[in-house]
Amino acid sequence: MAIHPAGQRRLGVLGLLSPAYLWLTVAIFLPLSAMLYFSVLSDVPFGDTDWHYSLENYRAFWENPVYATLLWKSVKLGLMVTLVSVLVGFPCAYVLAKVIRGRARETLFLLVILPFWSNSLVRIFSWAIVLRGNGVLERSLNAILPFEVDVNLMFSTAAVVIGLVHSYLPYVILTSYLGLQAIDDSLIDAARSMGAGKLTILARVILPLALPGVLAGAVLIFVPVVGSFMEPRILGGRVGTYYGTVIEDQFVAVFNWPLGAALSFVLLAVVLGILALASPILRKAQT
Amino acid sequence: MKLAALLSTAALMATPALADEIRVLNWQGYGTDLGWATQAFAEATGHSVTHEYFNSEQEMLTKMRTNPGAYDVVLINAAFTTQAQEEGLIAAIDPAPMKNFAGIPANMAQNPDLNPGGALHGVPWTWGLTSFAVNTNDVKDIPTTIQVFWDPEYKGKVSIRDDALEAVQFAAIATGQDINDIQDLEAVREKLAALMPQIKTYWGSENDWNQFMASGEFEVATIWSGSAARSQSKGLPVQFVVPQEGAIAWLDGLSIPESSTHKEAALAFIDWMIDPAFYVKWDAEGAPASANGAAAAALPDESFNKRVLGDPDVVARVQFQRPVSEENRKAYLELWQALKAAQ
Repeated sequence: MAIHPAGQRRLGVLGLLSPAYLWLTVAIFLPLSAMLYFSVLSDVPFGDTDWHYSLENYRAFWENPVYATLLWKSVKLGLMVTLVSVLVGFPCAYVLAKVIRGRARETLFLLVILPFWSNSLVRIFSWAIVLRGNGVLERSLNAILPFEVDVNLMFSTAAVVIGLVHSYLPYVILTSYLGLQAIDDSLIDAARSMGAGKLTILARVILPLALPGVLAGAVLIFVPVVGSFMEPRILGGRVGTYYGTVIEDQFVAVFNWPLGAALSFVLLAVVLGILALASPILRKAQT
Repeated sequence: MKLAALLSTAALMATPALADEIRVLNWQGYGTDLGWATQAFAEATGHSVTHEYFNSEQEMLTKMRTNPGAYDVVLINAAFTTQAQEEGLIAAIDPAPMKNFAGIPANMAQNPDLNPGGALHGVPWTWGLTSFAVNTNDVKDIPTTIQVFWDPEYKGKVSIRDDALEAVQFAAIATGQDINDIQDLEAVREKLAALMPQIKTYWGSENDWNQFMASGEFEVATIWSGSAARSQSKGLPVQFVVPQEGAIAWLDGLSIPESSTHKEAALAFIDWMIDPAFYVKWDAEGAPASANGAAAAALPDESFNKRVLGDPDVVARVQFQRPVSEENRKAYLELWQALKAAQ
C-alpha cells in the first residue's frame, strides 16, 4: 500500500520537529519533573533517610511570611531592572537602527554583544572593583572633579541594579533593534512631510511599531532577574538577600533540596501568573 | 599443602607494601591535601591519596550516604560524629596500631562526642576557635570585649559569616549565654537585630575575608583561629582576639567510613596526620591547634597556636560546640533568615 501524500508530509514534519522535541524533553521536561518530585518530599531521599510525600514545603511558603516578603522584594527588583534596561537600551537600539550606517554600526554592535562573551562572575567582580569605596569610580571622579566626592555604592540596592542592568542590557538592545529595523523609513518620512514633530513621530509612529520588540526584551530580562542570586549576593552585601539567594541557600548551604525545589516552583507560578496578567497588553502590541 | 601455606605467608607479608589509593573527604585546603605531606606519605607507605571536598557538614553527610565505599578518611566535626555513627556511616576505630595516638591527652581522646556508644569513632585531630579579628591599620586599641561589634564607631565596618548556627552562637556569647543550651533565644534575636545595621556584608570564604581585610572594608570581623593565623603569616594587618566573654570552640576528628575498603591504609594516614613532625611543619603555614599534646608541645614559642591557644586563660574562657538538635537547628535557621530578609 502506498503512503498517502498527506500522511507522508505529516511524517516529514514530525521528522523535522523531533530533534526540537527531544531537546525540550531532555533539557527542560526531565529536570523540571525531577525538581517537581523533590518538592513534594519531606527529606532528601538519599541513603537511609526516612522520607514521605508531603506538601509541607509548599505550606512553608504560606506559613512563613519571610518568603512572601522576599518574593515581593525580588519582583520589585525585576521591575526596576527591566525599566532601567528599557530606558537605557531603547535609545541605544534607535541609534543603532536608524542613525548609524555601515562599518560604525558593526563595531557598535560588537561592543554591545561583547559583555555576553565574558563570564558573568568576572563581570560582577569587575563591578565590585569599580563600585567600592576608594575604588576605580571614586578615584577617577576625584581625579577629574575639583572637589572631593565620596562614592561608595558597593553593598547597596543600587549596586545590584547596576550589575543586573549590565548583565541583561544586550537582550533589550537586540530585540528593540530588530523591532526598529523593521520600521519602513518611508513611514517616518510620510509623518514628517505631514508636519509631525520629532516627539510626535516617536510617540505615534516609532514606539507603537517597535513595541513588540521592546516588550519581548523586557520579558526576557524580567524573568531571570526575579530569580537572580549571584549579583545580589556579591554586590548587595547586607541588603542582598532576595528570593533567589534563599533558594540557593537551600541547595548549597542548608541542603534542604525539597524546600528549595518547592520555592522554585512557587516562583515559576508567580512569574507565569504575572506574564498571564500582562498577556492582553503583550498580544495587543503584537497586532 | 606446605607450598600453599608458604604462599599465603608471603601474601600476608606483602600486604603492608601493597599500594592502596586512599580517598579523603574534607574541606578544601584543610591540612590533609597539603602536597608535601601526601607526597611524603606516599613515599613512606606506598599509598597514594586523592581528595574530594565538601562545603558544609550537611553536604559531607549526604556524600557519605549516597556514595558508600567511595571514601576512606572523612573529616567530621565532633558535633556531627554522633549523628554519623547513629546513621551507621562510620566505623569504630581501634587506636592501638597508631604510634602517635599516645600523645593525645585523655580529655580529647575520651571526648564523649567522638566516642558515641563508648567506642572511638573519630580520632581527635585539630581544634580551634571561632572568635574575631581586628584590622590593626584602623583599630589601634585592641578590644577585649565582644561588644565592639555593636560600637557605633565601627558602623558599616563589621562582618560575620553567613551561617545561622555561628551567628546565633556568637550572639549567645554576647548575651552571656551557654552556646549549647540557649535559654533566651529572644535576647539572641534582639542582639543580632541590633548588629545588622553595623554589618558591611556577610563573608562566605576565607578568601573573601582576606580580600575585605586587605582593602580595609572590614575593621572588625569574626574568623576562625586557624584562618587568622594563615592571614597573619601572609602579612595581613590582622590581630586575633579572644574576648573576655569567651569564644566558640570546635573539635575536628578524622573518621573511617564503615564502607571503606582500605581501613588499614586509612588508619596509617590518620596516624600520619596526627604526627607532631607533620603538625609543626603545617603550623608554620598557618594551622588550627593540634589535638595531639605532643604535637602542640613541639611548636616553637613564637607560634600563634602556642601563644594564643596555648594560654590557659584563653582555654578556660572558651565553650566547646556540642551536637545541635534538629529542632534547634531549624529554629536558628529561621531566625537568621528572617533577620536577613528584613534588611
